[in-house]
Amino acid sequence: MRTTVINPPGRLPLPPWSELWEAREVALRFGQRDVVLRYRQTAIGVAWVLIQPLAAAGIFSLVFGSVANLPTGGIPYFLFSFISMLAWTLFSSVLGRAAPSLVANQALVAKVFFPRMLVPISTAMSALLDFAVGLALGIVLLVIYGVNPGWGVLLLPVWVLLFVLLALGIGLAASAWMVRYRDVGYILPWALQFALFATPVAYSLDAVPDNLLPVFAANPLSWLMELFRYSLLGEALPPTWQIVGAVLVSIGGFLLGAIVFQRHERSFADLI
Amino acid sequence: MRQKTREIMSNAMAISVSNLSKVYRIGHQHRSNRATEAIVQRLRHPFQRAEYEYFEALDEIDFEIPRGEAVGIIGRNGAGKSTLLKLLTRITAPTTGRIELNGRIGSLLEVGTGFHPELTGRENIFLNGTLLGMRKRGIKQRFDEIVDFAGVERFLDTPVKRYSSGMYVRLAFAVAAHLDTEMLAIDEVLSVGDAEFQRKSLAKMRDAARSGRTVLYVSHQMQTITSLCTSALFLDAGRLDYHGSVDGALMRYRATFEEFASAQRQAARRPGSGELRATDVRMERAYHAADDKVIEIDLGSTGADSTLPYYVSAHINDANGAVIAQCDSRVHGVWLDPTEPQRATLTISGLWLRPGRYSVDVFVCRAGILDAWQGAQAFEVLPELPYPDAVPEDAYSNGIVLTDFTYRVDAADDFERPQR
Repeated sequence: MRTTVINPPGRLPLPPWSELWEAREVALRFGQRDVVLRYRQTAIGVAWVLIQPLAAAGIFSLVFGSVANLPTGGIPYFLFSFISMLAWTLFSSVLGRAAPSLVANQALVAKVFFPRMLVPISTAMSALLDFAVGLALGIVLLVIYGVNPGWGVLLLPVWVLLFVLLALGIGLAASAWMVRYRDVGYILPWALQFALFATPVAYSLDAVPDNLLPVFAANPLSWLMELFRYSLLGEALPPTWQIVGAVLVSIGGFLLGAIVFQRHERSFADLI
Repeated sequence: MRQKTREIMSNAMAISVSNLSKVYRIGHQHRSNRATEAIVQRLRHPFQRAEYEYFEALDEIDFEIPRGEAVGIIGRNGAGKSTLLKLLTRITAPTTGRIELNGRIGSLLEVGTGFHPELTGRENIFLNGTLLGMRKRGIKQRFDEIVDFAGVERFLDTPVKRYSSGMYVRLAFAVAAHLDTEMLAIDEVLSVGDAEFQRKSLAKMRDAARSGRTVLYVSHQMQTITSLCTSALFLDAGRLDYHGSVDGALMRYRATFEEFASAQRQAARRPGSGELRATDVRMERAYHAADDKVIEIDLGSTGADSTLPYYVSAHINDANGAVIAQCDSRVHGVWLDPTEPQRATLTISGLWLRPGRYSVDVFVCRAGILDAWQGAQAFEVLPELPYPDAVPEDAYSNGIVLTDFTYRVDAADDFERPQR
């Protein structure tokens, strides 16, 4: 029989990894619930998963490709923006769903015990499912446009993982802060909007004037974005320091977010 | 050697709690839900230490509960019962102290937590079961049992938002009741559902206790506590006042009513805004069951500064603290003038009380509560029944109140029997 000891929270609690692993079924159920609920009581159901990235890429190609004529490094604009938006949507939807998740599940947090971290983490599942469907569509587009990404495509899962880790790191911290300060919910969409334009999503780095390049080079999201396009569109591989940096920032960001979350975890039920 | 015995000792205990306290910060004026406000506050008063008012929900509690015991937790509202359960189930963290749990603890603190209205009954069973700590296999094994217990077979694939509230509650309780944790914490759930379901769930909980599981049960219904529990904890204002037999705890509980009543006589110690308070409440000491009960309530005044009328509400409680009747002046459109002292005379007729001791709470309210005087008066109902015949106690003791009723009996032949 297992003995559990409950003590007042310490100063810098680390996430209880083994407990999280044991309760993984809870995360699975949450994820399943999110996916089921997303398309229940919709008329066209799962088709939304396909329509959303297509519509976004369509608007982008109209505005940025045709009107503003932003360069893409020789890749057809529609394909370029579709693939970029795929990665961006993954990042922003993991973050955008994780952040309000605790507040949205108030009743649970105040009434049942389970490792709270599973709530924001589980939101990644529905985002990843959307991503997978979008990716399948993206591969079809690659074939239609005749673009061969080369062997770099094998590294794609790594970049996806890094995107998710970074988004979850920020999302964990944001969800914990949101329990105390609901402002986070207002700032976040706005910050995401800003990041979307500050990151080369709708354009390639070629469009950035030389004097601004260092600013863009300092943005970890643009490293990840370049890596993602390297794998799917066969663009040039970014410099090594950016690759190492992307790995470190993502993993570091996730750990930091987890620690911030854990620091606040035990007061959630009292504050929410 | 000594170490060893201690280990065995502590293992016989399902729960050991030592020095447990929970302090809440309340009523902090600058506390805001907005980051901007918090930052502005910090900028304006950079060196000011935040000022908080503290509320000790639980104060240095120690107890041990042996395995297989069904423990009732009783106490007045706000005594810390629910906080204690929340600490034991790890929903919230203690401020000081230590809890040792030998085995897993399942909880049922509110019916239907974790139920999602859009999901079907089947989906919710799995979601809820997992949340409460069951594994998928465990749920599958007991699935039929759960559905059967709740009686919702026909609606398994209907979203629970279309369930009647009774079905909803039954399903939620069924899932929790089939948990296979070594301990089970339950907070006042038996007050829901129809009588048949209450009987079923009570039996289920008794089985749980008999099969060696430890059950913690918070309730206001003393009947349930006495019939279900083998021992009891009595909490009073965050302190553990008594731990022992159920009867002993109930006795302490009743005794503190008197202490409480005398403390409440001082108006300043009562809750409520205090703009206007009841100054005196008078009534007879004893009544016969069917007598009219007359209560005189003297009320103060606010002077001329506030002219909004207010109303008065009196609660009649039985010895266990359950509210038997609420007599609210609003139902008769009676609103009182606050500018002058008033005397309100409440006459309660048609309430037949069982012999025993009762207390009266008086509330004075406007938009908020001006005065809450719990235990303002107490009275006895004499053990003479208002019925013509003398009967053994079991002929009237099952109801909460007595009532004026008659039986008419006719020979059954006089009626036409219903045709099949």
